[in-house]
Amino acid sequence: MSNVTSELPEDHYVNEAPFDPKAIEKLTPEQEAVYLASQTRLMWWKFKKHKLAVFCGIFLLLMYLMAAFAEFLAPYNLEAKNSKYIYAPPQSVHLFHEGEFVGPFVYDYKKELDLKTFQRVYVEDTSKIIPLRFFCSGDQYHFWGMIPADNHLMCADINNPVFLLGSDRLGRDLLSRIIYGARISLTIGLIGIMISFVLGIVIGGLAGYYGGWVDLVVQRLIEVIQSLPTLPLWLVLAAIMPANWSPILIYFGITVILGLIDWTGLARAVRSKLLALREEDYVLAARLMGASPARIIGLHLVPGFMSHLIASATITIPTMILGETALSFLGLGLRSPTVSWGVLLNEAQNINVVAITPWLILPVVPVILVILAFNFFGDGLRDAADPYG
Amino acid sequence: MLGYILKRFLYMIPTLVLTSMLVFFLIELPPGDYFESYVNELIAAGETIDPKQIEFLRAEYGFDRPVWEHYWIWATGMLVGDFGYSFEYELPVREVIGDRLIFTIIVTFFTIIFTWLIAFPIGIYSATHQYSWGDYGLTFLGLLGLATPNFLLALIMMYLANQWFGTAIGGLMDPEFVDKPFSFAKFMSVMEHLWIPVIVIGTSGTAAMIRRVRANLLDELRKPYVTTARAKGVPEFKGLMKYPFRMSLNFFIADIGSVLPQVISGAEIVAIVLSLETTGPLLIQALQSQDMYLAGSFLMLLAFLTVIGVLISDIALGFLDPRIRLQGGVSR
Repeated sequence: MSNVTSELPEDHYVNEAPFDPKAIEKLTPEQEAVYLASQTRLMWWKFKKHKLAVFCGIFLLLMYLMAAFAEFLAPYNLEAKNSKYIYAPPQSVHLFHEGEFVGPFVYDYKKELDLKTFQRVYVEDTSKIIPLRFFCSGDQYHFWGMIPADNHLMCADINNPVFLLGSDRLGRDLLSRIIYGARISLTIGLIGIMISFVLGIVIGGLAGYYGGWVDLVVQRLIEVIQSLPTLPLWLVLAAIMPANWSPILIYFGITVILGLIDWTGLARAVRSKLLALREEDYVLAARLMGASPARIIGLHLVPGFMSHLIASATITIPTMILGETALSFLGLGLRSPTVSWGVLLNEAQNINVVAITPWLILPVVPVILVILAFNFFGDGLRDAADPYG
Repeated sequence: MLGYILKRFLYMIPTLVLTSMLVFFLIELPPGDYFESYVNELIAAGETIDPKQIEFLRAEYGFDRPVWEHYWIWATGMLVGDFGYSFEYELPVREVIGDRLIFTIIVTFFTIIFTWLIAFPIGIYSATHQYSWGDYGLTFLGLLGLATPNFLLALIMMYLANQWFGTAIGGLMDPEFVDKPFSFAKFMSVMEHLWIPVIVIGTSGTAAMIRRVRANLLDELRKPYVTTARAKGVPEFKGLMKYPFRMSLNFFIADIGSVLPQVISGAEIVAIVLSLETTGPLLIQALQSQDMYLAGSFLMLLAFLTVIGVLISDIALGFLDPRIRLQGGVSR
């Protein structure tokens, strides 16, 4: 028998390479990268896939940068008035004058009096061009309230001002005011969300961790706050603020108001997560080792779903921005000389504005864009917060 | 079922008591009261007022008593339908509010109907055509409605309505019908004016609604029974409507309660811009002049409406889904 087998040629293939029992479990370098990647890295990869969210994130970043460098980017100072140009309509930027390239410029205004309505009418004077200058000296300002400077990204002659987005009832440049307004409008949501975040985690955390009557009281409280319509509630709270407060105080007052009402949703999320997580073994272990409830909640439980919380908080920022806009529009929020997009829209309160000086409602454009961007950005974050899904 | 409804009714009581406390606390917060500002105003205008009248009003409404007693008088008064006295209008609050509350309810009702009419077809379309251009486009349109501040949309719509249809600007009816008893002509006039606020208020809620219809329907459509139905040759439309759609409706009924505060909240600011005869403008005015009974009772009534809304949605859910009935409640 034995010599028969040895004579037969091999009728099946045998791999010459040494045998490795773990060959199947070996990972390709790409797979290995995925398996070894940290949680944050996985989230980042997932977030990057959401192209729209990335785009919106970049847009928001640019908007915040714009707010930070408002003094430089705005062609004029916030309160620079020009009594000769009241309610001047927006000018369009041209590149060619009579078929000849002259670089970016605008045509001068020509003022006429409409003898029927006795209104000032501005017409484009196509014979006179005002070239735009860049990186030039203009209005004096203190950058961030400290460094004196007069550099602007764009300006025109002192005698022939340029109003790319028109001017308001005091002849102030709307573009500059919108750029400055971004400071308040963009930060109010962030500070408000921080307040509601802290409140939500603390109150929701207590309710979820202790359960029992604490939970019952918190639940009722949340129900009560949610059953009151938000806007009237804001109005009541805003009406409480004394009229003689300084603009800064009012600004903080408004953020506190927005935060005070917004925390309920977050508290609910924290509570339900904690109710599920507090039965886990590692919580018991921590408790047996003598960790205080604050430590268990703050160090062991909350980080487990922090990314999720941040994502859902991002989605409520638009509500806050809209809230500020609405309050200021009604004259119950911020008041001039503070400038936010809501305060600017306060000028557009009646229908005459839409009919006669429609450019005064332009501050609504950044409001819409920022809110849309926050929505998509928040969507992307929410998807990324659960990288295994 | 009866036991469940009863239990739900009992749950309302602590909520309403807490709400009334919160509201009272809020309207008591500003320093001073209406009488102080009122007397100051009169003195500034060079007029005199009988201090006895002020004293009488103060005593009548408990302003001279400790806060708790004051609250007690207000809260128990509401139980028997006495909402207090509006100092500015010199009328009982009930008479000031009456009509306006009805109009608020009308506007709210039609807005919710409008939201549903828009959101359902779009939501269904988006779910069945997921990731298509139509899905993206319609979702974006909905978000645009969400992102545009209501008051501005109201202004623009008002302008357009005036330009295109010649509808009188602002208000809920033509001027000649104000303060007239209800009639068919008045009703028609209200209908003619109603669509602007309804569209304006509706746009902000529609986006959220579309997303939720879409998400819930998508969850159902992924389930195996849908595949089975399709494999067995059930027509696409029937396979969509018969079970998946009906299953996804649960969320929507649970949602009725939370829709109400949103819509009322949105309605207030629009009402101010459009000068509708609803509660919004009155509330702001009352807040600014510290006419506390008017403001407080308003807030209370609005809160009451929403609590009722939650109650209705819970009862409806109890009918639809026995599991909820047995567990004793649904958490939104």
